[in-house]
Amino acid sequence: MNDERFGVSTTLVVNGRPVTRSAGGHVTLLRWLRDEADVLDPKYGCGEGVCGACTVLVDGEPASACIVLAAQCEGAAITTAAGLLGDDGEPSPLQRAFHEHHAAQCGFCTPGMLMCAQAMLADGTTRSRDEIREELHGNLCRCTGYQHIVDAIEDAQGAGR
Amino acid sequence: MNDEIRTSKLDELRVVHQPLARHDAAEKIAGSTRFAGDLAYAGMLHARLVRSVVPSARLTRRDVSRAAQVPGVVAVLLGEDVPNNEISVDVPGQTIAVGALKARMQILATERVRFHGEPIALVIAEHEDALAEACEAVEVEYEELPVISEPADALAEGAFKIHEGGNLLAEWRIDRGDVDAAFAAADVVIEGAYATQFVDHAYLEPEAGVGWYDDDGVMNLRVATQVVEHYRDVAKILGVPDSKVRVIAPYVGGGFGGKEDMTVEPYLALAVAHTRRPVRMQWTRNESLLARAKRHRNHMTYRTAATNDGTILAQDIEIVSDAGAYAYLSALVLLYSSVHACGPYRLDAARIRATTAYTNNPPTSAFRGFGGMQVVLGYESQMDELAKWLRLDPGEVRKRNALRRGDRLPVGQEIITEVQLAQTIDAVRERAGDKPAPSGPRKAVGRAIASNMQSYGRLVWLNDSAAAWIGFQMDGSLTVRCGVPDIGGGQASSLGQIASEILAVDMDRITVHFGDSALNPLAGTTTATRQLLMSGNATYEAAVMLRDQLLGAVALEIGEPVEAFAMTPAGIAGPAGTTAVTAALQICRRRNVPVEALGTFFGPKGKEVTRDLDGERLFPDFTFGTHLADVEVDLDTGEVKVLRYIAAHDVGRAINPLSVEGQIAGAAVQGIGQALLEEIVMQDGVNLTGGFFQYLIPTAMDVPDIEAIVLESGEGLGPFGARGIGEPPIGPPLAAISSAIADAVGARPTTLPITPERVLECVERGAPSTSPAP
Repeated sequence: MNDERFGVSTTLVVNGRPVTRSAGGHVTLLRWLRDEADVLDPKYGCGEGVCGACTVLVDGEPASACIVLAAQCEGAAITTAAGLLGDDGEPSPLQRAFHEHHAAQCGFCTPGMLMCAQAMLADGTTRSRDEIREELHGNLCRCTGYQHIVDAIEDAQGAGR
Repeated sequence: MNDEIRTSKLDELRVVHQPLARHDAAEKIAGSTRFAGDLAYAGMLHARLVRSVVPSARLTRRDVSRAAQVPGVVAVLLGEDVPNNEISVDVPGQTIAVGALKARMQILATERVRFHGEPIALVIAEHEDALAEACEAVEVEYEELPVISEPADALAEGAFKIHEGGNLLAEWRIDRGDVDAAFAAADVVIEGAYATQFVDHAYLEPEAGVGWYDDDGVMNLRVATQVVEHYRDVAKILGVPDSKVRVIAPYVGGGFGGKEDMTVEPYLALAVAHTRRPVRMQWTRNESLLARAKRHRNHMTYRTAATNDGTILAQDIEIVSDAGAYAYLSALVLLYSSVHACGPYRLDAARIRATTAYTNNPPTSAFRGFGGMQVVLGYESQMDELAKWLRLDPGEVRKRNALRRGDRLPVGQEIITEVQLAQTIDAVRERAGDKPAPSGPRKAVGRAIASNMQSYGRLVWLNDSAAAWIGFQMDGSLTVRCGVPDIGGGQASSLGQIASEILAVDMDRITVHFGDSALNPLAGTTTATRQLLMSGNATYEAAVMLRDQLLGAVALEIGEPVEAFAMTPAGIAGPAGTTAVTAALQICRRRNVPVEALGTFFGPKGKEVTRDLDGERLFPDFTFGTHLADVEVDLDTGEVKVLRYIAAHDVGRAINPLSVEGQIAGAAVQGIGQALLEEIVMQDGVNLTGGFFQYLIPTAMDVPDIEAIVLESGEGLGPFGARGIGEPPIGPPLAAISSAIADAVGARPTTLPITPERVLECVERGAPSTSPAP
């Protein structure tokens, strides 16, 4: 069909590794990551930037990958949950806190939650539970009722990451 | 003690009852869990459904020729291409007078559509872009038919028939004692009408899966499902033997009942069978909201007769539920509503009339609480009104009427385990302390409690069973195989804990293989709060068998009685020291003793129901609990803020206290969402809530911490005396929140969700509460 599907070459630095793929100019960052680059931890939850399951860091800022075009991100550093793991594959303190506090039940929102939380930790502010909840409002979870997630983030920021 | 209860002593537990981090979370926090939509095969095709854009119509033309020409399209299938295009569900307990005994629906509609979003054609293509273009190119012409939006209209004389057998799908009746005499003798009669709404499960993972033929010609479907046993339904649709279909359930991104009925399975199977290539199907959020079955909206009228001391004499209850366009599990959901209608209270007389009718709304089916939760709004609103009318303490009124072991429900079922309802009431109130003060002059604070009961385990006449296999590896590590789907509640992890407890193997040396209909023993559905009861007990039995095999072999080897030996983390302890497990396994090998065991647990049995419910045990058992809510109402805007939320349940025994707290918190928040926010809005059969911008679930900002209080009576029918906790905590929020608003503003909201508009109506009706909380 339309040849422009394969028309735009985009290079992104995904979890520290440069990846170049050609895809249509209409292809979202989420689809680019999942279908073209086989980066599967960002999830499709709603496709309209509401649920946060596809949250990734674009040059350190959280973004809903389902409403950003891949081509717009040319050259950007993209961080996903897998990018939080240490070189040895060890979970980060934030990820460990999620594990220990039962912050993941079904785990589908978890990769996006982690990226939102990572952005919170990165600015060095120590937040109250209410402030953490406010920051999390763009990431929906249907299993936990949120509080184990808030527990984990509170713990991780207390531990100085 | 009843011999169905397998209780445990806390000081004897080593692994069970520990707040362990779940083994599956390691992958989940790394982002590496492969959910149903994450799998890909080389040469994989993609499939999407063309769905009806109208709620009620005859299909006068379906033309796929243009769609088939779209580059990249491999096939476009219609109902005529489906080997068996009709599936049916049993509608138990009904008579011919009450519509069809079998309710039928098509996989792909050929002549008629009955709801907005009903599947008509299946497009299969090489890539997603071609799918979108081809779906647009499928030509469907509709001759629109009348749309029925309300069950009352559906049941009216001469109503347009949505199905040939008529619009009445099922009805249930319970008659116990002399209701009329009780009302005549009553000091006080409380009356009320309550309405709940259509609710969506709104799990974060939309329906998805990948299908392929394996090297033996078996259809494999790896799908997000709560029920691997749907392989049988798929086989029927394809017209192949059951043994030729395998369903694999990877970790599921949330279920809540929404993945209990089939979703992508039949379509994936058709696409794979037609193309002989791997196929992936992922529903969009819009498809999920439009077309997957919802929670029933119930219309409920209650009358309660009581004496001046608050003793309930009788209830007279009418329930009408909206079954939507197709039957699915509506008859059973309504049965749950009927049996749970009077709540956790003892009464000598009850009359319950329950009806479910077809409409042109989306189908309704299973959803956490399964009909047993909507009625909490009814019975707890009545209880609260009764206390208020008699100026009695709401907790004391509930305790006065609370069920006890040996009491019978209106349906006749005897309660066989200890009921700690009173303890849950005391627990939430003790924790809560004083009611907080309003934060401003135009704010009002309200407090209320709501208690409930919810069954765990399937209806007993369904002859439920579950099997689990446990085998020692020769290095002493352990493999557990059980067909249970893990939908995020820690189902698999719990089985590991149970096996670890009995066989004294560390959790990190146990692997649980789950969710596979071909390679694992079948354990039944992850629904009805049944998996801990069923596969938990099956695992328990397998573990005990295996333990006894090892102990027996070692006892023979050493020449001492078997009673002298016990499994310990260090090995098999006996009179002359400890035998390492690896050595014990070698002994088993030499003595022809198996180092594996298959346990099958059979649920309690009962007689199949008839429409007039009478006298029999319907459920294995029930879980009881009480919630307390503090809310603050803005008297000018109608905005409701949940200040504090406390939830106490007797779970018998907490296998993993963190998982239990997670279930309670998650269910309470889902219930608060239903109380205040959520509604699938229909207008003349058209769904207006097709995205997460329209369908609002609670965010982290909308809810407070849920303070979970876990009571452990030690009495449940699950392993170690556990009761199920997956569903029970979702019911009380409906009543706790609405009663707390009533306490704050002096008038009771009776229709969900309690939007600011509805709150303001209550503010107008009632003067803000100035009396102290009881």
